Amino acid sequence: MKLVLTGNEAAAFGAKLARAQVISAYPITPQTVSVEKLAEFVANGELDAEFVEVESEHSALSVCVGAAAAGARAFTATSSQGLALMSEILYIAAGLRLPIVMANVNRSLSAPISIWCDQQDSISVRDCGWIQLYCENNQEILDSIIQAYKIGESVHLPVMVCYDGYILSHTAEVVDVPDQSSVDEFLPPYQPPYKLDPENPVTMGPVGVPEYYQEFRYALHEAVREAKEKVIEVDRDFERRFGRGYGLIENYRCDDAEVVVITMGSLSGTVKEVIDKRRERGDKVGMIKVRCYRPFPHREILGSLESAEGIAVMEKDISLGATGALYADVTTAIQNSDRRPLVMDFICGLGGRDVKLDHVEETIETIKKCVARRKIETPVKWLGLRKEVL
Amino acid sequence: MKGAEKITLGAVITKPGSTVEYETGGWRTLKPVVDAEKCVGCGLCWLYCPDGAIKKGKPIEIDYRYCKGCGICSTECPRKAIRMEMEETK
Repeated sequence: MKLVLTGNEAAAFGAKLARAQVISAYPITPQTVSVEKLAEFVANGELDAEFVEVESEHSALSVCVGAAAAGARAFTATSSQGLALMSEILYIAAGLRLPIVMANVNRSLSAPISIWCDQQDSISVRDCGWIQLYCENNQEILDSIIQAYKIGESVHLPVMVCYDGYILSHTAEVVDVPDQSSVDEFLPPYQPPYKLDPENPVTMGPVGVPEYYQEFRYALHEAVREAKEKVIEVDRDFERRFGRGYGLIENYRCDDAEVVVITMGSLSGTVKEVIDKRRERGDKVGMIKVRCYRPFPHREILGSLESAEGIAVMEKDISLGATGALYADVTTAIQNSDRRPLVMDFICGLGGRDVKLDHVEETIETIKKCVARRKIETPVKWLGLRKEVL
Repeated sequence: MKGAEKITLGAVITKPGSTVEYETGGWRTLKPVVDAEKCVGCGLCWLYCPDGAIKKGKPIEIDYRYCKGCGICSTECPRKAIRMEMEETK
């Protein structure tokens, strides 16, 4: 059934179709509508779930941890400060290997206060052991939430589905909403390996003494790394059934490309416009959309860069005092190869600043000049920086 | 967990009541010593002990396998029948 849905509504439909059994969230802009919609589904009897109202995001995710530990399919959604407040529990959910699914509506962090989009919130918690998927459009949000349960429950890891605040969360698009029976066939009920059950007591969350802790971290790291295969497998199965697939990355016209732009989220759509225009004039440019950011697809990215001489990373985050996070990951991927294309980082779109076609053009022109000179002067460039107010 | 057991998914412990295998008496710096003549067996120390390391009776008995030497029993005893002594170093 085709419906006109905002990104937040698409997320709610995704959680409903996945038959989430426990939903707990605290309202925060721009996430609010997604949980309001879910509350409506529960109140209308369209979704058989416990909707647990809480006083903070810390509690919302804690409810999900308890629910998942008891064997339920749990869902939460948040943004920005809310994700920061959940931070402590994020690590616990991953360490306990609980397949919670969260929608994170990307919004910048305070201070100063900003309710608008960038990806600093989820980028800042990239090391917590959650799988992170970044969506380009509203269809991908709905599909990724359904996929997230199947991935998470197969590898016993929580999954964060990230999408850009306002740009997607509050923008309506036509979304194909699959019927419940096909989703049920794709996603059977959750079968937890262990659960809190008074008849068969287990202990969850004991102390990990120094003789063991490092092994637990290694096991968690390996699980996140190996989840890459599961992300691919689940996506292929989904594509076979529903006709839509996304992969770990999207290689957009990269074969034979001399310059490749690498980005994540809704900005991918803007970059594709520029790539198409330039391709029409015979310009050899391409784009990689990183959909699965954790685990990071080093090998897959490298595989799409075989002809690239210049790479421009465009990202809506900054690891203060270093570089953008995606740039650091991309350069790590290239480190392992014989080829050494030039890589530049373009910080853009922070706190809701529009990233326009002209910015993408500027990005491509800048990296092209570097390739021609075989030299990068400043590896990190801030796009559209208003120097006059500094 | 201790020894060389294989790690489980998310560190879950499937054997209930296994905490008793983990003797915490080795944490002790101060050791409670009961004066059997003063103790009236009122059970207040038993009630307060956070580790369940006291057995009721007159006099009470302390299970040194688990007693961490926190001294709450000594503080709460209305008869001042529990003295905290320096643990002997080995």
